[in-house]
Amino acid sequence: MDHGTATSARPMWPRPPVPYRTFGALVSAGFRRYSTYRQATVAGIATNTVFGFLNCYVLLSVAAGRGGSAGGYAPDQLATLVWINQGLLATVGVWGDTLLSDRIRTGEVVSDLLRPVHPVITYLGNDVGRAGFAALTRFAVPLLVGALAFHLRAPTRPATYPLFVLSVLLALLVSFACRYLVNAAAFWLLDSRGPLMAWNLAATLLGGLYFPLRFLPGPVLVALWLGTPFPSVLQGPVDIAVERVSPPGQVAILGGQVGWVVVTFWLCRVVQRAAERRLVVQGG
Amino acid sequence: MAELAYLHLVRAQVRAQAQYRLSFLLDAIGSTLFTTLDLVAIVVLFRVTRTLAGFGFREAFLIATLAGLGFSVSDLCAGNVERLRTYVRSGLLDAILVRPRGVLPQLMATDFTLRRVGQVVQGAVALALAIRLAHVRLTPAHLALLVLTPLCGAVFFGSLFVAGATVAFYWIDSGELANSFTYGGRTFTQYPMTVYGGLFRRVFAYGLGFAFVAYYPGLLLLDRRDPLGAPAWLGWSSPAVATLAVGLAVLAWRTGVRHYRSTGS
Repeated sequence: MDHGTATSARPMWPRPPVPYRTFGALVSAGFRRYSTYRQATVAGIATNTVFGFLNCYVLLSVAAGRGGSAGGYAPDQLATLVWINQGLLATVGVWGDTLLSDRIRTGEVVSDLLRPVHPVITYLGNDVGRAGFAALTRFAVPLLVGALAFHLRAPTRPATYPLFVLSVLLALLVSFACRYLVNAAAFWLLDSRGPLMAWNLAATLLGGLYFPLRFLPGPVLVALWLGTPFPSVLQGPVDIAVERVSPPGQVAILGGQVGWVVVTFWLCRVVQRAAERRLVVQGG
Repeated sequence: MAELAYLHLVRAQVRAQAQYRLSFLLDAIGSTLFTTLDLVAIVVLFRVTRTLAGFGFREAFLIATLAGLGFSVSDLCAGNVERLRTYVRSGLLDAILVRPRGVLPQLMATDFTLRRVGQVVQGAVALALAIRLAHVRLTPAHLALLVLTPLCGAVFFGSLFVAGATVAFYWIDSGELANSFTYGGRTFTQYPMTVYGGLFRRVFAYGLGFAFVAYYPGLLLLDRRDPLGAPAWLGWSSPAVATLAVGLAVLAWRTGVRHYRSTGS
């Protein structure tokens, strides 16, 4: 991915695809950009909170209907799961936008391609910044409200905290790559509303937003985890946080997420290369 | 003649949206599937438990589909009003205001989203299925209730869409805020009120009136008493609640338009 960066001497060690300072600047630009949308942040927090109450009461009723736990989750685990899900929605960035696909349709994407940094890296930098701001606002506040209104469960194993942070980072990467691919569909379709809808649908339903995936039959669950990136986006980090699985299970979730990061970023690279060739054909 | 102008606007929209064919098709399928999600969730939840806050699957499914059809109809007719905020931001609302037609009908017509027709069909099919599953006796009273409930639900949610959109007059970036009452309201309405508790139930079910959209009519159709102790005749209250909602929405809209100051673009 040494996209256009000038290389004179042979590097002594494998160089990162982009200088750290450049990436740092992109991240901080993303952070600052989203921190200016104050009204939208407040509105988003309110929405996450309302849906948190909704889902929480529903899942607690399910557990009560079974006389205790559901899907192997105790009531306090279910409540925690709901509020972490709501917080992660905006942090990981599950709902896709059409930033890139709009630029593809209008042709503005050409200026992205002219930059000396690979477009995937540019957009990733911005997205990491966005996620950082979201973690401080849209993750923290709903979780706090949830903790005040319901009995939530703090992790009992200290190792869970770093594992959860790592898992959220990996979830962000998978989600970002998928959203990039969805937007890149516009190189061919000139419009990404359809693929975007499909992603939103799959990432929320098959990611475990409406109900924990363990409510599904076993074979479906296995197929989802192994065959799709969706559980890596929400259910993975959430299962780690509520300690639904043992420490080896937590590491296995992380391993699966790493696998999906590799696959989706490789796809991004392939698609981007094909798209650039296609743009040239169009004369763009 | 005014109606003719709106018809032209709708037709132009339909033609424009059918231009990107593949995307339109995916979009239509997607939006239909999205409304099915809530029902899928209920089916999955009842795989895990036999009763949800005192209600069996067939009963809960009937309440969910009653709410779902009402919402889908309102989403088709008024859901696009939420685009108001992009008009306020870009200044396009100025152009709409100077035209010699009503602002609200113009907004509804210019953004008419054809893909949402699929949602309404899906909602009607699901409700028919739910009526069979729940063995609803088709007495004249029940039939009247089955027609009235989704209609009043549509009016109620439509009022919410309009009232929610007016927030954009004061708060340009309000974005998702209205969603918590429209889409959140739909999900809230789809479950029996016994699921919820505390202040949250009091505010959403009775304060905002969501309990009267599908829950009380549903109880009447199921010949069940309210476990929360409300009288049975509340099942007939949805027209009154919908009328009240329309009144409040119109008031909010008028106040909002009067408050509107162009962004100056």
